[in-house]
Amino acid sequence: MKPLLKIAIPKGRIFKDATKLFRAAGLPLPEDFDEGRKLIVQSPEAGFEFILAKPVDVPTYVEYGVADLGISGKDVLLEDNRDVYELLDLNIARCHMSVIGLPDWKPVYYPRVATKYPHVASQFFRERGQQVEVIKLHGSIELAPLIGLADRIVDLVETGQTMRENGLVELEKMYEITSRLIANRVSYRLKNEAIQALCDQLQPVLLTGG
Amino acid sequence: MSKPKVFEKPIGVRDYLPHIVRRLRQLQAQVLEVMERWGYEEIMTPTLEYYDTVGAASTTSESKQFKLLDPKGKTLVLRSDMTAPIARVAASLLKDEPLPLRLSYHSNVFRAPEEEAGRDAEFFQTGVELIGDHSIDADAEVVALAIACLESSGLQQFKMALGHSGYIDGMMSDLLAGYEAEQHSLKEYLLKRNYVGFSQLLKRLPVSEAVKNSLASVLRLRGGVEVCERALELTASDKAARAIEQLREVYGVLSEYGVSDRVFVDLTMIGDFSYYTGITFEGYAVEQAFPVCSGGRYDFLLQQFGRSAPATGFALKTNRILELLGKRAEESHDESAPYKVLILYDNHRRSQAIAYAQMMRSRHGLMVETKLLADGESPLVEAEGEDCFRYNGRIYHDVITYLDGESST
Repeated sequence: MKPLLKIAIPKGRIFKDATKLFRAAGLPLPEDFDEGRKLIVQSPEAGFEFILAKPVDVPTYVEYGVADLGISGKDVLLEDNRDVYELLDLNIARCHMSVIGLPDWKPVYYPRVATKYPHVASQFFRERGQQVEVIKLHGSIELAPLIGLADRIVDLVETGQTMRENGLVELEKMYEITSRLIANRVSYRLKNEAIQALCDQLQPVLLTGG
Repeated sequence: MSKPKVFEKPIGVRDYLPHIVRRLRQLQAQVLEVMERWGYEEIMTPTLEYYDTVGAASTTSESKQFKLLDPKGKTLVLRSDMTAPIARVAASLLKDEPLPLRLSYHSNVFRAPEEEAGRDAEFFQTGVELIGDHSIDADAEVVALAIACLESSGLQQFKMALGHSGYIDGMMSDLLAGYEAEQHSLKEYLLKRNYVGFSQLLKRLPVSEAVKNSLASVLRLRGGVEVCERALELTASDKAARAIEQLREVYGVLSEYGVSDRVFVDLTMIGDFSYYTGITFEGYAVEQAFPVCSGGRYDFLLQQFGRSAPATGFALKTNRILELLGKRAEESHDESAPYKVLILYDNHRRSQAIAYAQMMRSRHGLMVETKLLADGESPLVEAEGEDCFRYNGRIYHDVITYLDGESST
């Protein structure tokens, strides 16, 4: 049988949190997915097919319709600006995006900001009327202020432990980040009933966060 | 930046190889013919327009328009849609023509692709504009025509969503009177399809729970024509009520056309508010992740060109339809492919060979190639499958030889 809905989900913890949420909503998912190294996991009883993707690729899969739905962090949605529906705040993988720097940070003449989120960062500072040079990095962002590559960074803060261990402080909170349920434009119309039903089932089990 | 390699082309543009062009031409011919039967005549406008006129009037945001300078330093744009150029023509060259005007087009349009978004910078649109008719019947006509065009293109499973820009506008002015900035933000969220943002802002509004619930239920105003009932219960706004009334009437006329089973109501679908002024619609096909058609009423565009007139129209996303037809062609035999004939001849029988080729070429549906062979060169024709032939790496349905002392097939 063809799955009713194809859902793209990041592998790992978000997959576990999301499937837990689905089960709490009464959807008949198997108790123990044999996730293993598989990239596609079936859940025939619920009529779902899960596509396990890299988090940053989820909105792309959904925009191009290879998945009807997806679960994506708001950080990726902000950065990529894909043309998809953002249907529900699932309230999982909560953290925030912040401007981070050394405790004694003072404004500099030629500000440089290192980040994995160059679009979000430039837009944020532009809206503040500040021109900054944005440097895209792929990992270990916390290094940048320590080695003098940038005077500040824009990154996600969950517990703040890495940040503190490297002697950095949160200078400003930018956005609250959680995982969102997103939908393809056409699927949202042509599979309206299945998608609305899923949303209605999920809604009551979502923690209403602040 | 390194110099482009010789095989590279600018981001977002593409080459159309012969089998795709054939499919595109066929699609274009089928659709334009339907439009013509409904009274729409094809128009062509230039690729280049002034930024200050057509560019500024277009719905395409400035950052997505391709701009260039003419030798005198005026800013030009590559047209980003056909609606604004046609408005310009309707208000200038055709200003003495009586209304309504019915015009159709098939044209390439240009949009600067966003970074890494993988979207086309140049693509085809096939559409119509019906200018100078404000009636419900005009609205219904373009929706019915869009459906007829999609059907003629060979799509079977598709649906058309019908909305009205006046409903959300009216109900928000009614329920959120005095909160203009918030109304604007809520509409922005709807436009960006960000329902999470919409709900979060709603939660923070200092209005009664009843009002919040009404606004929240807007997100569910999708489905059959019965959605209209629910929509009316949410607001006492006259503007919203008029919008719903028009929507119902259009739906009624579409039943007369016999196409209402293709149509569903979606009041969450809102177009650009500075542009659309009434009925809007969008078409979705199974197995195509992007809409295949969009359109609606835009009564204020023409006045920007000096001839005030109501108007409505739509554009088919021709490339999206082409992709779908391509998928299908790969699965089955391509009906549109012509019957290919190869005529091989030598010096001695050239006149017979050419005469025969000319006779064959006058027939419809044949594609005739000729090839001169050197004296004594043997025609290396091999059988290919059941009833085709292979010569020089190409497949032909028939190979005819005119060689010294023989004529055979």
